[in-house]
Amino acid sequence: MTEFTPLLSFAGGMVIGLATVALMAVHGRIAGINGILNGFLTTQFNQDWAWRAAFLAGMIVSPLVLLGVTGQMPEISVPSATPLLLIGGFLTGIGTTYASGCTSGHGVCGISRLSARSIVATVTFMTAAIATVFLTRHVFGG
Amino acid sequence: MKALLAFVFGLVFGCGILISGMGNPAKVLNFFDIAGTWDPSLAFVMGGALLVTAIGYRLVFRMGKPLLAGYFSLPTRQDLDVRLIGGSAVFGIGWALTGFCPGGLVPVLGLGTAPLMTGAAILAGILAARWMIQLSYRKAAVQA
Repeated sequence: MTEFTPLLSFAGGMVIGLATVALMAVHGRIAGINGILNGFLTTQFNQDWAWRAAFLAGMIVSPLVLLGVTGQMPEISVPSATPLLLIGGFLTGIGTTYASGCTSGHGVCGISRLSARSIVATVTFMTAAIATVFLTRHVFGG
Repeated sequence: MKALLAFVFGLVFGCGILISGMGNPAKVLNFFDIAGTWDPSLAFVMGGALLVTAIGYRLVFRMGKPLLAGYFSLPTRQDLDVRLIGGSAVFGIGWALTGFCPGGLVPVLGLGTAPLMTGAAILAGILAARWMIQLSYRKAAVQA
């Protein structure tokens, strides 16, 4: 069980939105994390690489800032075993690259622009995820 | 200046992920588990993010161009193809096995070996997909 946190989650979502809007206002870029990771994996260390690397670095140090403000580290618990993490991570990288976007790129940036591709992508990955968890937890896992 | 601001925006984005619960795989997996220990919180993350972004983007696009770039880099494709739908389905399966989407993972990368391993696997997946896509383009070019 995890605690239902509608207010905190809504507030966190708004903060994500704020950063997403700011990156568009200043850099003119979509805050899609798969796209940023993809552009980060290059051997051409130009200006486009620099802002992506900086954005990722900011994300990585964010727990420290939150620790400074709230006095506690964010709680994370990982239910999946290592083989599942490796297979699932690999599938995530393949899928988001073929689909040109993940939860942030399609789910937030794309849907707020009412992009048909992003709406279809989001409905597809959400449905696939719900079906997969149903299978792993209630058909094969239970 | 551009990199410094990108760092700040990444920091804010990461804090949003952590506050919202998107960085916690147990919570993400419970969001998908409608028939079991369902935790609908993540629908509220989507709601909050979409509300701010839908309004904010509208205002930003009225500026004509971004503050520190020549133009807005926006995807222009509108067609639905196999890669989009198949890729999204594969991503959904992968996400459901780990509980980590790319945006949820990066802010917690430093917090344990599980996120690190998943992160390495995601990067490997990105590179593998890039290689396969390139290969299919090359094949198409040879045939043409």
